[in-house]
Amino acid sequence: MDNSATQVISFFTAFRLADLWYLGQAAINTIIISVLAISIGSFFGVIFGWILAEFNRYLTVLLNLILDVFRSIPLIIQLILFYNFFPIIGLPLKPFTAGTIVLTIYTSSLVAQVARSGIQATPVPTRRAGRSLGMTYFQDLRYVVFPIGLRAMLPAWTGVALGVLKDSALVSVLGFVELLRASQILVTRTQEPFIILTIVGAFYFMLSYPIARITDRLEKRWQND
Amino acid sequence: MDYNFHWRPVFRKLDQLIAAGWVTMEVAVLAMLVGIVLGLLLALMKMSNSRSLRWVAVGWIEIARNTPALLQLFFFGFGLGAFGIHLSPFLIVLFGLSFNNAGYLAETFRGGFSAVPHTQLRAARSLGMTATQTYLRIVIPQVFRIVYHPMTNQLVWSVLMSSLGMLVGFRELSGETQFLAFKTFRIFEYFLITAIIYYVIVKIILGLSWLIGRRLFRY
Repeated sequence: MDNSATQVISFFTAFRLADLWYLGQAAINTIIISVLAISIGSFFGVIFGWILAEFNRYLTVLLNLILDVFRSIPLIIQLILFYNFFPIIGLPLKPFTAGTIVLTIYTSSLVAQVARSGIQATPVPTRRAGRSLGMTYFQDLRYVVFPIGLRAMLPAWTGVALGVLKDSALVSVLGFVELLRASQILVTRTQEPFIILTIVGAFYFMLSYPIARITDRLEKRWQND
Repeated sequence: MDYNFHWRPVFRKLDQLIAAGWVTMEVAVLAMLVGIVLGLLLALMKMSNSRSLRWVAVGWIEIARNTPALLQLFFFGFGLGAFGIHLSPFLIVLFGLSFNNAGYLAETFRGGFSAVPHTQLRAARSLGMTATQTYLRIVIPQVFRIVYHPMTNQLVWSVLMSSLGMLVGFRELSGETQFLAFKTFRIFEYFLITAIIYYVIVKIILGLSWLIGRRLFRY
């Protein structure tokens, strides 16, 4: 009987190097879902922004009203609602799909505002001048509004994109194993929340901070143009 | 579709949800007030001449802005356990939100301060104003006008972020909803009503701030 005491199976093991690999894979999941949401969301967001800036008032008010809903309700509630709605109509979604769709809609509602102010950053006389020179409407958009608007909206857009990267942590609520969820799983096993949360925080920081710095620098450089 | 919506259990608990909505407002406003004080301090520290003070401020601001708010909450909730500090759910949310708000507001305030030209300060001093007078009558009114709108947005964010309290066991609007929803399994119904309550809270805040702003900045 005494011998068996030496064969204690330990359920709680300390943080190992393999866990860092696990976190790295989870970080890739975070990046995948964020990049998907940011790219698709920005695409639709720019279209919405264009509608908000250029179309007639009734359409603008209606679209604004709809987009405003996504900005006024916590993302976590949106995720839970969306994820629980589809089984009701008989189409259960995977956490990844539901999370990506919600994040995409959320991104597009935020980007729409940014894009609208970007388009409106071009003074009307400048655009009239372009049209007077014989540009078509879309040439005016492409060669006059786009270069000016891009510079005007880039800092705000980066802010939105980094916000979505950080908010993608909330998809963990649905059970998608991204960075934060992985940290929770590891904390359950290792019982070392402080170390693991610090490492995960460092992961997020390394993703977000360089982009923020580069944008700051670009913004400063463009001010002198 | 073989799902039957049951709204009655939700409406029966509506007063409980609205009471929880008040808790959300309270914690968000409280975190905002603490955030404003800390944010001002951080902004001043970042503009100060002491290198160590600047480093502390920059570290706080960048960590608050570049990591998810939920991670910050978890840090206050579970991370501090490593040092034997166990906070109540209310304090976890309050500290987490204040930490986050302070980081964002510090940058807002710094932008506001740097928007007031230094020459105005000197002009005011030349006219015989004391340093206190200069700050109270020349600098602060202008800074306040600049930061008023971003501060309103931050308050809205504060309300939205407080919903993360449900993941650390705080019974504010989201936490209460989760508690009730999982007792009755009317998850969709409960969260839809909660979403509407959040929407109303946000609209009330924006409406009030618009009214106050119109009154304050008439000129």
